[in-house]
This record gives sequence, structure tokens and C-alpha cells, in this order.
Amino acid sequence: MEKIAAYFSNYSSQYFQSVLEHLEISLLSVLIAILIAVPLGIISTHNKFLQKLTQRFFGMLRIIPSLTILVIAIPLLGTGVKPAVLALAILAIPPILVNTMIGFQTLPASVLETAKGMGMSRRQTFFKVKFPLAFPVIFTGIRIAVVEVIASATLAAYIGAGGLGGIIITGLGLMKTEILFIGGVSVAILSLLCGEILNRIGNYITRYQRIGS
Amino acid sequence: MIAFFIKQQDKLLEALFRHLEIVGLVLLISIILAFLLTILILPRKSLSNIVIQIFNIIYSIPSLALFAILIPFLGIGMKTAVFVLVLYNQYILIRSNVEALNSVDASVLEAAQGMGMSRWQILWKIRIPLAVPRMMGGIHLAVISTIGITTIAATINAGGLGKILFDGLRTMNIYKILWGTIFSAGIALAADFILRLVEALLRRWLTPNEQNEAGLH
Repeated sequence: MEKIAAYFSNYSSQYFQSVLEHLEISLLSVLIAILIAVPLGIISTHNKFLQKLTQRFFGMLRIIPSLTILVIAIPLLGTGVKPAVLALAILAIPPILVNTMIGFQTLPASVLETAKGMGMSRRQTFFKVKFPLAFPVIFTGIRIAVVEVIASATLAAYIGAGGLGGIIITGLGLMKTEILFIGGVSVAILSLLCGEILNRIGNYITRYQRIGS
Repeated sequence: MIAFFIKQQDKLLEALFRHLEIVGLVLLISIILAFLLTILILPRKSLSNIVIQIFNIIYSIPSLALFAILIPFLGIGMKTAVFVLVLYNQYILIRSNVEALNSVDASVLEAAQGMGMSRWQILWKIRIPLAVPRMMGGIHLAVISTIGITTIAATINAGGLGKILFDGLRTMNIYKILWGTIFSAGIALAADFILRLVEALLRRWLTPNEQNEAGLH
């Protein structure tokens, strides 16, 4: 316990920098993944061939261990923050992509027909009807991606991305249990906290579904 | 690259077998433990919800973090790795088992009750056989997840293919990175393929189709 307190009194600035770095890398990766996955998911719902192709490809990507994807990024992209963010973005694409496809494929036909009957243009139907209805499903995908990326970002420290994983690696290198404990607990709390916050937001944006129940 | 494989053959294959050994051991323990826990908690809905919630929280903790937290208590090595991996699998397996067993058609259960079967008989002779294809879905997920997290277990000296990957990273040895990638991605994809086949076969055997029914008449 004193060791943990001593660590914080000596290294508190570095510690908070690690937390910020971790969040920064994770959020940036998810943002890139959203920018790729959502449009790709929407386009694929209109094109059967593309849909099969993306489902196969990203389905395979999901099965390959995340560490393997991070490690193979090094000979391809080099070390540092940039390749780590790119590799993490690749890991974050599948859940968002899959949920985007599901969101747009499960739109109730009656609602779409009503929109058509009301004389809405394709553009209006997309922005005022389809997207708002699909959004909660896409958001669930984003939540899964965020939680996965925060976990994998810990590993990204091995390819020079910094963040809280760096603390664990230092702890492993020195075999100092207090450092290991601080790093481990911090990552665990960060991951649980982000998951819970996104859960709340998800519940908030779907609150209309529970009206009257 | 081929030359590297021939030169380092022993090391690479040793890592591969070690990886498969850990995955096999973890799955054996996980499946038995999850099955026992499922049967224990199944009759009580609130209890099964609580147990699943607890395992869900553990499951949400990133593996490297959980390894780090447990090292002060359990030390490093294969035992800690197996313990963590079994813990993770409990969430996947118990949730899928409970869902599978609860998804059995209520009319079938009523018919069994009407025939005078006891609750125990209904569980063993009706619910479990009917739930097996769905339970396989959970096992499939657990296998893929275990193969993946076992690579990370190399950080706590459990060995396996993660060791090749990390060694390759440290020494910047492209061949090691490539072979580590080929093996670790390869066994995950192979396991996925085999499990898909097994699931398809199980579904065919266990769901009565028209041919079977035609044979009965």
C-alpha cells in the first residue's frame, strides 16, 4: 500500500499522461474506424457482392488474435503511435461494420413505405428516417468497438504507442508488483467505466423505445 | 523465410504445441466447470443473473490488465495464464449454456412433464440434448477467444506462439514476426473452420428433418 502511494507521489504526472495517451489513442482509432465502417456498411447494404466480400474479410479479421494483428502491423507500417492507431482502427472496424449492416437491413418496411407515401425524396428518407432508426444499432457497435480498443490499446504499448500498457510493461520488466497492480487496475477501471458510460448513453438515445413500458 | 523455418523448426513447433496444450487444457477445464455451474444456477433465475453479471465484469477487464493484477497473488507462468483464461471462458460458456437451455420449446417441456418425467430426467433427456447445438455456439466463441488471449499470456512466461511474436518484436526479426503471425492466425482460422463443420453436422444429426421422420413411419 505504501509502495502504491509512493508511486503516485513520484510519478503522478507521468501516470496521468499515460491515462490521457491511452484515451487519445483509443478514441482516435475508433473515430477512424467509424469513418470507414459506417459508409462501407451503408454502401454494402445496397450491393450484395460487396456485402459478402466485406463480411468474409472482416469476419476473418475478427477470428485472428488481436495481438497478431498488432504485431504484423510493425513490418508493414513501422513502430510508433501512427501504426498503433491504424492497427487498432482495423480491430475496431468489424463490430461497427456488422452493426451498421444490421441496422440498415432490419428497418421496418412499413415505415419506409410510409416515408415514400409521404412524398419524401431518397435523401430525405435517408437522413430523416433510415439513419435515425439505424443509429441505435450502430451505436451498440461503436460501444463494443470502444471497449475492445481500450483493451487492445494496452497491447499497443508493445509497438511503441505509450498509454497505460506502458506501465504494465514496465512492471513486468522490473517485476515490481505494485507497478503491475496500478497499471492493471487502472486499465480495468478505464475499460469498465467507458463501457458503463456508453451503456448509459445508449439507453438514453433509445429511451423512446421504452415509452409507456 | 523457408530457410528460417528449417533452422528454427524446433522452437517454432515447440511454441505451437505449447499453445495448443494451453488452449486444450483451458477448454477442458472451462467446459466442465461451466457445465457444472450452469446446472447449479439454472433452477434459480435471479442467481443465474447475478453469476452471469459477475463473470461479465471479469470478462470486461482486458487480459493484460487481469494478468498484471493477478501476478502479485498467483505469480507468473502457465498456471496463472490457465486460471485467467478459464475465468474469461466462464462468462461466454455459462451465458450461452443458460440461454440454450432456456430456449427449449415450452410445449416440449410440458409434454415431458405430462409423461411423468422428473425435473432431472427432463434436464438430461430433453433439455440438454435439444440445447447442444446452441451450446456449441458458446464453445466456438470460447475456443477462438482462448486461442487469441493465449498469445497474450506469453507476457507472463506461459510460452506459446505469443512468445515467438514478442521475441520477433524485441529483436525486430521479421521472420519470427511472420512465422508467429502465420501460426497464430492459422490455428485460429483452422479452429473456426473445424468448429463450423462440427456445428453443421450436429445440427443435421440432432434436428429431426423430413428424411428422419419419413424413416420412422
